[in-house]
Amino acid sequence: MELLGRLRDGDEEAFVTLVGRYHQPMLRLARSMVSSEAVAEEAVQDTWLAVVRGIERFEGRSSFKTWLFHILVNRVRSAATREQRNAPAERSHAVDPARFDAQGQWADPLERWVESESGFEAALWAPILKAALESLPARQRAVVVLRDIEGLSSDECCSVLGISAGNQRILLHRGRSRLREMLDVELRRG
Amino acid sequence: MLLIHPKDIACRQAVELVTDYLEGTLSRRDRRRFEFHLRGCPNCSAYLEQIRTTIRATGAIETEDLTPEARQDLIDLYRRWKSE
Repeated sequence: MELLGRLRDGDEEAFVTLVGRYHQPMLRLARSMVSSEAVAEEAVQDTWLAVVRGIERFEGRSSFKTWLFHILVNRVRSAATREQRNAPAERSHAVDPARFDAQGQWADPLERWVESESGFEAALWAPILKAALESLPARQRAVVVLRDIEGLSSDECCSVLGISAGNQRILLHRGRSRLREMLDVELRRG
Repeated sequence: MLLIHPKDIACRQAVELVTDYLEGTLSRRDRRRFEFHLRGCPNCSAYLEQIRTTIRATGAIETEDLTPEARQDLIDLYRRWKSE
């Protein structure tokens, strides 16, 4: 909050600190919503301008990050009406139905993932997860990015994207399920 | 006392409840059924564990650093705005 006070007073250093903290997460969110790098970067820049112009109006009812992401999502959406990202088909099953038998039980045992002490190999898994995120339908990707990467709460995520709690859970469920599946495929391939 | 049989929910249905379970939005009854199913089903327990691991691993993806050029662009943007 002290930082925001300094931004209100026109302190450049405060601006630079905020940029260091939020610019890359904003860019990641913007990129997840539009395929054009230029459009994503422009939306983030516009958001920074909107922030310095509008910081007086930020009332602190939501967290600064939620407010920031909300402005960004609106910018990206208005830019994206002209540039629609090709949406991959949404799938409604968490797990490929072929993995279950006629009674709905697992047809084959689930193979355990080989894990390190920390639970996973971050360096090995990150490229798989990045590719998997890239392959998600945009709405699922936005929810997974906000919840599982940016650490927003369910309420904050709904408020940033302007979606209902139920819708958010469905998107999160499909997105996470798909990421797990792609990890599973890659890890079993070895 | 409710009599619940493990076959009450099939694995195919259990995997669809995972997110609601982790979000804490299942009804008390559904949560009991889900947990009961897990206790009798090593595959679904492994599945839930994989989802948890997926969430942790996704959260560990690192953000690329801001390039000095991009940082300077934004500082310029800020200075132009201030001098308006």
